[in-house]
Amino acid sequence: MSRARLGPWLAIALGALYFLVPLIGTFEFSLRMRRGEYSFDAYWIVLSDPRFQATFGYSTVLALATIVVGVLLVVPTAYWIQLRLPRLRPVVEFITLLPLVIPAIVLVFGYLRIYNSSSLLPMTSSQRATDVLLMCSYVTLALPYMYRAVDTGLRAIDVRTLTEAAESLGASWFTILFRVIFPNVRVAILSGAFLTFAIVIGEFTMASLLDRPAFGPYLQLMGANRAYEPSALAIIAFIVTWACMGLIQVFGRGARQAAR
Amino acid sequence: MAFLEIEKVRKVFAQSTAVEKFDLAVEHGEFVSFLGPSGCGKTTILRMVAGFETPTSGAIRINGQDVIGLRPNQRHVGMVFQSYALFPNMTVADNVAFGLKVAKRPASEIGPRVEKMLHLIKLPQLAGRYPYQLSGGQQQRVALARALAIEPQLLLLDEPLSALDAKIRVSLREEIRNVQRELGITTIYVTHDQEEALSMSDRIVVMSEGRVEQVGTPFEVYNYPRTRFVASFVGTLNILKGRVTDSANGTLAVDDQEIVTARGIPNARAGELRSVALRPEAVSLSDAGAEGNRMRGTIEEVSFLGSVVRIRVRFREHAISLDTFNSPGKSPPRRGEPVTVSFARDDLRVLEGAEA
Repeated sequence: MSRARLGPWLAIALGALYFLVPLIGTFEFSLRMRRGEYSFDAYWIVLSDPRFQATFGYSTVLALATIVVGVLLVVPTAYWIQLRLPRLRPVVEFITLLPLVIPAIVLVFGYLRIYNSSSLLPMTSSQRATDVLLMCSYVTLALPYMYRAVDTGLRAIDVRTLTEAAESLGASWFTILFRVIFPNVRVAILSGAFLTFAIVIGEFTMASLLDRPAFGPYLQLMGANRAYEPSALAIIAFIVTWACMGLIQVFGRGARQAAR
Repeated sequence: MAFLEIEKVRKVFAQSTAVEKFDLAVEHGEFVSFLGPSGCGKTTILRMVAGFETPTSGAIRINGQDVIGLRPNQRHVGMVFQSYALFPNMTVADNVAFGLKVAKRPASEIGPRVEKMLHLIKLPQLAGRYPYQLSGGQQQRVALARALAIEPQLLLLDEPLSALDAKIRVSLREEIRNVQRELGITTIYVTHDQEEALSMSDRIVVMSEGRVEQVGTPFEVYNYPRTRFVASFVGTLNILKGRVTDSANGTLAVDDQEIVTARGIPNARAGELRSVALRPEAVSLSDAGAEGNRMRGTIEEVSFLGSVVRIRVRFREHAISLDTFNSPGKSPPRRGEPVTVSFARDDLRVLEGAEA
């Protein structure tokens, strides 16, 4: 191997070690529940725990709701900005970046102050309303990722001409949005959706402070009280995230082939 | 009453005027081209007819109906774009059927109509393909079929051939014209390509800086340009600037050689500078005899263009281009060779306005 190639390979090896050693260590530790031999006992315990199923199911439902609301909010907004208000793009980009800058704990305290049970809109007065509030807060958290994914998808197609072509063929705004724009940014929406899913599944702060039975607080609870199960849960959470990333790649590749 | 009437239409964008008092009446079934350089306002007019832009003032009527207040999807106007604008997520058949489905036509009508349109553009075998699987020419033909499928009252084409290579452009422009004739649909065609406009149109609207320079048949526009802009924009033109020696007889001195126009030089006095225009095809390398104009010069450039050889002859300050047919048995003249060119007096057109 030439010297020129040695440097990059060394950097890759160091980076891989930095990420993989803790992961391998966590995985190895999660297998040591049974004394003296490796086993998947910790995984069986976690997967058969009704609280795991309940919290994972709750977070999954919330993630799906977040994706639907996020898509319905972001796609028309990004579309309209691109079509009619391109000058507002920097403003909207700044707004969508705010959730990355403002810590989640600040956001959730803001929600609690505005939507507490004695406010005009008491979103914390019932469990269902709090679920809706939590879902809305997840939409906010996922906004930077969803907006960027959709905006990139919209920039890849000629939004203006496609819109005008559909309009000249008699299509209404609703038809244009749902039959022309949505299908053509499908891959971008899916990318944003998988990122949103990964964020929501592991989110702790908002779910914990709003006192909702989500997967994040369950992870924390297990971590505080058990030895091997938290490691198994960490590996499961990684697998879910990686599966989402893998699906983004799969759909992205499909789109690139279609675009050729 | 004309089928499409555009009356005193004006369009102002922020500080600049894109279209200034545009008037045009298009008869039913007519093929009219808007010809002009980039930024002359031709696409803006087309977009105002389609409903994508609103005129600042003026009126647009289609078949007697004022369409200014109507949205594009209410105008029943088919449009073909330069970039094809096919929906990437739909097959060719779905693209063509889109307008019909939007109009909620019954499936029993949509299927045969799509099939008819695909036969019209000679692509029935590609119904199941996606736009990315088609060539540029095929995509534009599908875009044409899609626009025609809804049976629009007016067809608008915005530089539809600009993105295609030369050979496809020629074949497709014939195809578009044939389809237009077959359906008898009133068509507005925007182009900056004079060859396209001349070969396809019933009438041409030559535009410059938001104004109409001339409206006429291709023959009129090419042979009798009304303004200096039309004369120079449509076709290649030689412009010779000379000093008037006898306005009544129409004589000018160009680079110390005298030339004579057929009908005098109106409103000119001896000694004034005037310009005359001459098409390359009106000039020949042979001697025209006593009735024609003759000028002596040297060959400056010889460009072989295939069927035509374009030759530039330099006098002193002026040079003119002339076209001769290529003949395999006769080699073109060499650069630097002294020649005499000749042209008829009738072919010289005196351009308006005195020259400083």
